[in-house]
Amino acid sequence: MQARNSRIGLILFWIYLIFYVIFVLLNAFRPETMRATPIEGINLAVLYGFALILSAFLLAILYGLLCRSEPQKEEEGQG
Amino acid sequence: MIYEPSTIAVVAFLAFVGGTMGLSFYLAGRAKSSAGYFAAHGQIPWFINGVAFAGDYLSAASFLGICGMIAFYGYDGFLYSIGFLAGWIVALFVVAEPLKRMGKYTFADALDSTFQSRGIQCVVGISTLIVSIFYLIPQMVGAGVLIQPLLGLPHWVGVVLVGAAVVAIVVSAGMVSTTYVQFLKGSLLVLFSLILVIMILAKGLNVEEGGMDGYKFQTIGPITEAELKSAESESHTLPGVSGTILPADGEWAEKPYVRVEQPDGGQKIFSIKKDSEDASKVFLVEGQTVTSTPDGQLLVNGLPKGSEKGEPELHPVGYISRLPDDETSTGALGPVSFFQKFHGSEVILWGKTTVAEENGDVTTIYYQKPTSGSEVLMPGNHPKFAGIRGDKFVEKLNFISLMLALFCGTASLPHILIRYYTVKDGESARKSTIVGIGAIGFFYILTLYLGLGAMVSGAMDVTDSNMAAPLLAKSMNVWLFAIISAIAFTTVLGTVSGLILASAGAVTRDLLMNVGQVDLNDSQQVRVAKITSVVVGVIAIVLGILFEGLNVGYLVGWAFSIAASANLPSLVMLLFWNKTTKEGVIAAVSVGMVSSLGWILLSGDTFDAVYKIPGHLGYVPFSQPGIVTIPLGFLTLVGVSLLTQPKASETPEPNPA
Repeated sequence: MQARNSRIGLILFWIYLIFYVIFVLLNAFRPETMRATPIEGINLAVLYGFALILSAFLLAILYGLLCRSEPQKEEEGQG
Repeated sequence: MIYEPSTIAVVAFLAFVGGTMGLSFYLAGRAKSSAGYFAAHGQIPWFINGVAFAGDYLSAASFLGICGMIAFYGYDGFLYSIGFLAGWIVALFVVAEPLKRMGKYTFADALDSTFQSRGIQCVVGISTLIVSIFYLIPQMVGAGVLIQPLLGLPHWVGVVLVGAAVVAIVVSAGMVSTTYVQFLKGSLLVLFSLILVIMILAKGLNVEEGGMDGYKFQTIGPITEAELKSAESESHTLPGVSGTILPADGEWAEKPYVRVEQPDGGQKIFSIKKDSEDASKVFLVEGQTVTSTPDGQLLVNGLPKGSEKGEPELHPVGYISRLPDDETSTGALGPVSFFQKFHGSEVILWGKTTVAEENGDVTTIYYQKPTSGSEVLMPGNHPKFAGIRGDKFVEKLNFISLMLALFCGTASLPHILIRYYTVKDGESARKSTIVGIGAIGFFYILTLYLGLGAMVSGAMDVTDSNMAAPLLAKSMNVWLFAIISAIAFTTVLGTVSGLILASAGAVTRDLLMNVGQVDLNDSQQVRVAKITSVVVGVIAIVLGILFEGLNVGYLVGWAFSIAASANLPSLVMLLFWNKTTKEGVIAAVSVGMVSSLGWILLSGDTFDAVYKIPGHLGYVPFSQPGIVTIPLGFLTLVGVSLLTQPKASETPEPNPA
């Protein structure tokens, strides 16, 4: 159970990490791409920033839904 | 600027802070045993704990620092919001539950339950102390900043007030009260920030010619450069300019500024801006100056700085000079149309530069910097982030390094870790963290609106970005201002008490009882923890006074870098690598702590801002240590662990993660 929760956590962590790293690298090496205004005249910098914040929350909820509660008698040492 | 206290604001402020303190004292009875003092009996409900996470985390740095940085430099401040929140992903997905399962009260205890090593307790105790103190500095600086516009008191008074109040809370109560205080404060901070944002949107964007004191800054021209030269050297007058134009001599030669002596003895300063349509012509745009003389006088625009309204002071600034389609007012805006209108506007930001004269006068010039809204909403306006628009790889690395430290720092902060232990099981810790991320993320989205709203509120103090959020509230409504200041003040109280508690835990349990082998009974432990709290409180007060004027967001960056470098490698490897040895942990914490601390102390930013040696580049290639020192911590841990593997029969129990 705990191994499963840990595994889900790590998978979600890697998904977010990739999203975050792309943001940081774009800002560092291609800052001009952030000038684009793909939706409603709002630039990519603002959209990506909001998306990062929102996705952190959504992933956290997803994690909460996917994780199973530990039964009272935990099976230690599975991992 | 001169800050006059308003009776309503002071009364509302004191009532709120008093109520919070009263709640703390009321709850004090519940925390008599040492287990209660440190971790509230593991009984805090998860929702309360989650919002308290937000109360802990949304410290002075978030509310004052980030809003201020956005108000002065636009999008760059928001990068801190993004990084601070991203750190929660590491905390929740990687370390939250395994740590909850194995830990007792502090990070050191968690390591101890695996290794029972005094060496580990010693280095981790020290690193907890160092990180706590570095995180305390910005909170105390922020406290002083809040007191100034509210009560009209000097900065140091605010610092002492917070220090004294916190020590009183911690010494009298402990963790139960701080969790409920943090819950109250976290929810109110988010709620009132939302109200402020709604007011910003309802007010919309309006074209102004000056700040909210009604002073209109002059723009003269276009005139030819020849006219300007002759006015400076011969006639000393220009049409449209009242007063005598001073010659550009001494340190002022070749500088793009014109000084004009006023009939009342004051001095106006104009920056010289090229006319974009005619290269031979220039505009003169009025700025502001603060001069400190060798005899300790402070001059504002050439006149001695006043102490009451109506006397010489800097004018509040921050306004929109042009809206899209030449509108003068947008009316109420929605959350999307706010950005659309902002994008097409022109905002007057202010830059600053310093001129040191031979007679010892040091003049700081604040000059207008008209900036398009689309630039404001782009990264790279802040001097410390400007590198990302250049070609230098090292400066880009500095930015990446900061973003890495913010990402890794949250999970490594001692006062956040303690809160994992205050709920009853892993599931509650998980739910707490989700609630925490929701509240914090929502607040960080609001920071962008708050910061941009402050930027164009006409109420900014050019000398201190940290004051942006309280001044924005003051420009809207005096009640709102009082309540927001009180919430921010209790925010500081709460964060500081959490940190002091973490330090007290580190000293009492890790350093004294475990490392020093001092045998303390329950009541002695609590007493030692309280004495430690007082000592750390005094240190924090002194540092808070010394570091006045430094950007609080920047200061928090330090704490995050040190925490991530010292603690994260051990924390992560302990949970996920069963070859980790105690020698590896001791080496990694020591190397991470010393290298990141040393890097910061030797960096160009520190030489500039702390040692006051402007222009010194420091002894490290860039200022943010994270990208070097965090991997260094991991490498040290892996290397030393591999060298110190026990013989097969002695292999310690792998951690069941």
